[in-house]
Amino acid sequence: MEKKYWKGLEELRNDAEFVKHKNNEFSELLPLDEIFTTKAENSTSTNRRDFLKFMGFGIAAATLAACETPVKKAIPYVVRPEEVNPGTPNYYASTYADGHDFCSILVKTREGRPIKVDGNDLCSLTKGGTSARVQASVLSLYDSGRLKTPTINGEEAAWAKVDQQITKELSDIAVAGGKVRILSSSIISPSTKAVIAEFVAKYPTTKHVTYDAVSHSAMITANEENFGKAVLPTYAFNKAELLVSVGADFLTNWISPIENSYQYAQKRKLDESKTMSRHIQIESMLSLTGSNADTRIRIAPGDVGATLLALYNKLGGSSSAPSFDAHEEVNKVAAELAAAKGKALLVCGSNDHAHQVLTNVINVLLESYGNTIDLDNPSYIRQGRDAEMTQLVNDMQGGEVKALIMYNTNPAYTLPTSMKFEDAIKKVGLTVSFADRADETASMAKYICPDHHYLESWNDAMPRAGILTLTQPTIAPIFKTRAAQESLLKWAGNDTNYYDYMRNQWRTNTYPTLQGAGTFESFWNQSLQNGIIEMDARPATFYTLQGDLSRHITSIVGNKKSEGIALVIYEKTGLGNGNQANNPWLQELPDPVTKITWDNYLCVSPAMAKEKGLRQGNVVEVKANGQTVKAPVVVQPGLHVNTVALAVGYGRTMAGKVANNIGANAYSMVSLVNGTFQMMAAAEVNKTLDADYALASTQTHHTMMGRALLKESTLAEYKQDARAGNPPVLIPVMEDHKQVGKAPKDVTLWAEHEFPNHHWGMSIDLNSCIGCGSCVVACSAENNVPVVGKDEVMRSREMHWMRIDRYYSSDADANDLKGMETASENPKVAFQPVMCQHCNHAPCETVCPVAATTHSHDGMNQMAYNRCVGTRYCANNCPFKVRRFNWFKYSDNDQFDYNMNDDLGKMVLNPDVVVRSRGVMEKCSLCVQRIQYSKLTAKKEKRKIRDGEINTACAQSCPTKAITFGDYNDKNSKLAASTVDERSYQLLEELDVRPNVLYKTKIRNINPNQA
Amino acid sequence: MQHEASIREPLILGNKSYHQATEDICRPVEGKANKYWWAAFIISVCTMLWGMGAIAYTIGTGIGTWGLNKTVGWAWDITNFVWWIGIGHAGTLISAILLLFRQKWRLSINRSAEAMTIFAVMCAGLFPIIHMGRPWLGYWVLPLPNQFGSLWVNFNSPLLWDVFAISTYFSVSLVFWYLGLIPDLATIRDRANGLRKKIYSILSFGWKGSAKDWSRYEEVSLILAGLSTPLVLSVHTIVSMDFATSLVPGWHTTIFPPYFVAGAIFSGFAMVLTLMLIARKVLNLEDYITVQHVELMNKIIILTGSIVGIAYITEFFMAWYSQVKYEQYAFINRAFGPYFWAYWAMMTCNVITPQLFWFKKIRTSLTATFIISIFVNIGMWFERFVIIVTSLHRDYLPSSWTMYSPTWVEIGIYLGTIGLFFTLFLLFARVFPVIALSELKTILKPTSAPKKEHHG
Repeated sequence: MEKKYWKGLEELRNDAEFVKHKNNEFSELLPLDEIFTTKAENSTSTNRRDFLKFMGFGIAAATLAACETPVKKAIPYVVRPEEVNPGTPNYYASTYADGHDFCSILVKTREGRPIKVDGNDLCSLTKGGTSARVQASVLSLYDSGRLKTPTINGEEAAWAKVDQQITKELSDIAVAGGKVRILSSSIISPSTKAVIAEFVAKYPTTKHVTYDAVSHSAMITANEENFGKAVLPTYAFNKAELLVSVGADFLTNWISPIENSYQYAQKRKLDESKTMSRHIQIESMLSLTGSNADTRIRIAPGDVGATLLALYNKLGGSSSAPSFDAHEEVNKVAAELAAAKGKALLVCGSNDHAHQVLTNVINVLLESYGNTIDLDNPSYIRQGRDAEMTQLVNDMQGGEVKALIMYNTNPAYTLPTSMKFEDAIKKVGLTVSFADRADETASMAKYICPDHHYLESWNDAMPRAGILTLTQPTIAPIFKTRAAQESLLKWAGNDTNYYDYMRNQWRTNTYPTLQGAGTFESFWNQSLQNGIIEMDARPATFYTLQGDLSRHITSIVGNKKSEGIALVIYEKTGLGNGNQANNPWLQELPDPVTKITWDNYLCVSPAMAKEKGLRQGNVVEVKANGQTVKAPVVVQPGLHVNTVALAVGYGRTMAGKVANNIGANAYSMVSLVNGTFQMMAAAEVNKTLDADYALASTQTHHTMMGRALLKESTLAEYKQDARAGNPPVLIPVMEDHKQVGKAPKDVTLWAEHEFPNHHWGMSIDLNSCIGCGSCVVACSAENNVPVVGKDEVMRSREMHWMRIDRYYSSDADANDLKGMETASENPKVAFQPVMCQHCNHAPCETVCPVAATTHSHDGMNQMAYNRCVGTRYCANNCPFKVRRFNWFKYSDNDQFDYNMNDDLGKMVLNPDVVVRSRGVMEKCSLCVQRIQYSKLTAKKEKRKIRDGEINTACAQSCPTKAITFGDYNDKNSKLAASTVDERSYQLLEELDVRPNVLYKTKIRNINPNQA
Repeated sequence: MQHEASIREPLILGNKSYHQATEDICRPVEGKANKYWWAAFIISVCTMLWGMGAIAYTIGTGIGTWGLNKTVGWAWDITNFVWWIGIGHAGTLISAILLLFRQKWRLSINRSAEAMTIFAVMCAGLFPIIHMGRPWLGYWVLPLPNQFGSLWVNFNSPLLWDVFAISTYFSVSLVFWYLGLIPDLATIRDRANGLRKKIYSILSFGWKGSAKDWSRYEEVSLILAGLSTPLVLSVHTIVSMDFATSLVPGWHTTIFPPYFVAGAIFSGFAMVLTLMLIARKVLNLEDYITVQHVELMNKIIILTGSIVGIAYITEFFMAWYSQVKYEQYAFINRAFGPYFWAYWAMMTCNVITPQLFWFKKIRTSLTATFIISIFVNIGMWFERFVIIVTSLHRDYLPSSWTMYSPTWVEIGIYLGTIGLFFTLFLLFARVFPVIALSELKTILKPTSAPKKEHHG
């Protein structure tokens, strides 16, 4: 029987009084009558008036309390970590190497969290330069899409359990003699390779397969065949007087783009000698590299072999090759090459073995080896062998592979669909992935053992022979991740942590090879501090050819197919191979050439668009290699007529909330020809009936409309007159009844500002800028520039403080305004970075009613966000349109679900720069926080600021050193020297707004015989 | 009393007695509202509420709810602002400048024109506030002392001049308008009973109608007219300087001050006509607002419309003559660029249609006048749109060129201000005499036909 509890003795006794009130919540009534009757007014209890008073007070008090800003408590350190000084950044040398790109870097940390990646000046390859992808990588660290623990079949699990199960399964497989395969992208870390070797020793049936999503396999095999060296050479773009690239996008994607860009720009900087290299690009689609070329020749993608063969024949190749009716312009290129023997360089982006053999042959003829090509200090950045990959997939299909461990690779996404990787992986018993997220491949693996982000890891890298770099952690692992190497060691029965392991490797392998390095400790500390050690390079030597050429020529002749539409599959400057696709900074970075953000699209030449009746935004179906994808059309001048182009990196389905379902996956259509993955295919393009697709572009007008904004000239003219292309700007005025031209500064109505101490400014060499966008991402990272998303970019509301204007030339007559809006079929392209020009007669400053934007005593146009009421008058009156308005609240707003909307993503914010609120204007501040920091440092050290000590984020990130920041008042500064350079000019000088930013004219090295 | 030639057409028809005039003009105030009034009122209030909702949404979410972008920082907001300010010009012109010129015909329309001015300025004043990114800090544009916790304002900024120009204009117009109302309010007071009498007593400030009262009234009227006259010219001059002092091609033009003032009077008269043609019908004031009045106003429209037309052409000439290619492109782009339709809508409505008033038949036709007055209102809205949007969307660097299109929020706010305007006007018509009664009586009987009449 249920137990009965009673409330008191009254209930137990069932008192009449109790029973009466039993169901009343309040045994006594509230004295409402008393309060509201007039009788009570004179009594001591609360009367009506008092009640109202209290109520009034209550409401007022509650309202006032509600007005207060919520207090966020900061908790001080109980024990202050060593090295961490609040407000002072620490820099750690490290290395970015993701199996695709390499860059030696400095990581800026504030209060223990990495917030910015800068280039490492000590690295002779990158020289302090970075790329957009390297700059953005710090945000990938704070990606909430990363896995937080290891998983088994998609369920979270503990490391111990994962280790136990994997070790057991591996030993079972080993006992049975089953094949184990480690699949990775190119590993340039010697220690990681040692770890793999140790793993192979433990499980002898293991083989390591290297596969690159964007493969250079053919170059490696060609070098193996021709020179007996299965490596990539290193190139000296800075030694090539004549540089011919056949389809190689070496400035942003090909092998080592940061290094290439640096060398390339070095050779094209202009000084007293007035010389620069000449760059000819022969390609099908308009790549960033092609946009920078002095001469650009369009060929069909199927004509690469024919072009190389034509060059070979013209250069005196002794083959009995059938003659091609090659492009007439290619013949001219051959003539130029012949004249530049020993100072020329031919590079080819094709992944066809025969093409690369022919490229080698031509380079031998040109005596490039030992001069512009170095095969003695090879590059290790790409090691993938396509044949091994196809073999692996076949083995998997055959059920022979029992265990597959995948490191830094995503074949389910990057392999062509025809390879049927999804089926193959199902036939493998044990599948392990080290991916940091459950991506397309990892989600199919049984175990995901997430690797650290590189900013949380120890590692080393050898990008080329003789150069070793270190990666060191700059933050404790955010999640329960573990270094992939440590996992492999553990499964191989070695419990050392990877740091000790790597140190030992260095102690036993690297340290002994160096003479005079002191003790190991000091050597290690020195290496760690510098992030890099460079040994003396071996002298590059001349090579002669081995092997027979005729079968390759036959192969080229056999494969020639320049008929019909060909699809070119390319990498974008922002997303690259797509491994960082979930990074909103990269998604929002406009493509340097098309200026479109957040999307993948099919580039179609204007001629083809006309023929097929296609307009920008029309959705087409592209069929190639048995795959059909839909993509919107972008009418892109500069494409070969029968070429369409689609980028890889998009079409991710499991990369995370930012990247998922954006665009089509172009990898699915990659061709497998002659055993290599080739980024082109014969294609069919058909218009669909789908509604037009809206693309988000940051620049919708592509020509300069005959305005002298981006001034340029040719080398020949420049040699005759250093002011070529940059005549003085004169304002016509009447003097003594005669019209005379006067410099704008001589007809000004304005009073001058005084700059007693500093006068900051900037000079941008348009001849060096390649438009890569590294600065744009660096600026966003440094200055907490919000990501706004596709919809807002479509409304022309991107927030980038710095943009790179890209202009195409037009064939139209200068008076034909309508015609000038259309770019040429094969336009000349030019890039112009534009940020706030910090005018000394700033039009924005005069119009602000509340003086929120003012001029500083060191020449900067300052923006006081707190004072801004948001009339936008300043932006209207800015002739450069560099001011950006906070149309919405971009942080903590679910409408803008990017890094500023979650606590993890906000860790990337620079604490020195305020996050702007809704309704205020913002713009480039010339990185005023960096200037102030250096001023204070100099003041504490009682000295003047040295030239070059302060650098803005954009200038620092630039791989080509196109941007020089400095002090005009320092007469010995590089910037002061720029003011007297004949190439220097101010944008829109005729307005006399006196920008503090100077531009230097772009000079094209055009051969008068070549278009 | 003023001497009038007997051959002049009488300004007031129907040979009204003083009493009749009083009855006619007080009727809308004293009687019950008819169903047309209620219908109009409900529609106006609903539109106004919609606009308020759109404003609340804007302030709550951000200016991003509008269609503006990095290149086009102003569009409908400032277009509407200038348009309303322009409309607000007719009232003061009629009451001040026409007073100084002794144009007696103004007496039938000055009261409502002035009311219209005040309501239009209220609608206009809304836009500079809500177009701010942070309107709750809008008071920062006032030169408040530093003790208040903020900084001093920037006296170089034309936006600041706007603040002073508009607030001065609004206050002077309001005082001038109210001053004129006092004798009439006293008339209503004298005819009313009870609460009504009390309210009108307060409103009429104890007007006794004594000779001293009248003398002071006349003096102050003249002083205020003198003060208002430069304001008529200054307000739109200063508004035009928002554009003229900038360096945007298409804005940076010295012709703007006179051209804007002419345009403002032009649009103001058009709006007065639109309103009066409705009011005379609805309030049975056909005898007081006659075809003669309409014709006179139409003549002013021809004049100002032609000035505006010449200004448009002059701008083109100057662009060509200056040889500044940015300027030249700005004007070619206006006429033949992506917003060509707005330009040609402006040209048609503002330059071509008013020229029809050269035909007496058209300028004395009430229907034609009404239609053309609507056209002029539309055209003048487009004029501001053309100046603001087509100049901004393609300025110096082609890389930043872009397009603008409005969102429902901006459209909602614009319609909302029209709703606000009509709500206020309809309330005005029910509360205050829409014609300056006491002054009107001075011209009721031409001096050529004196007749003793009982007053009131």
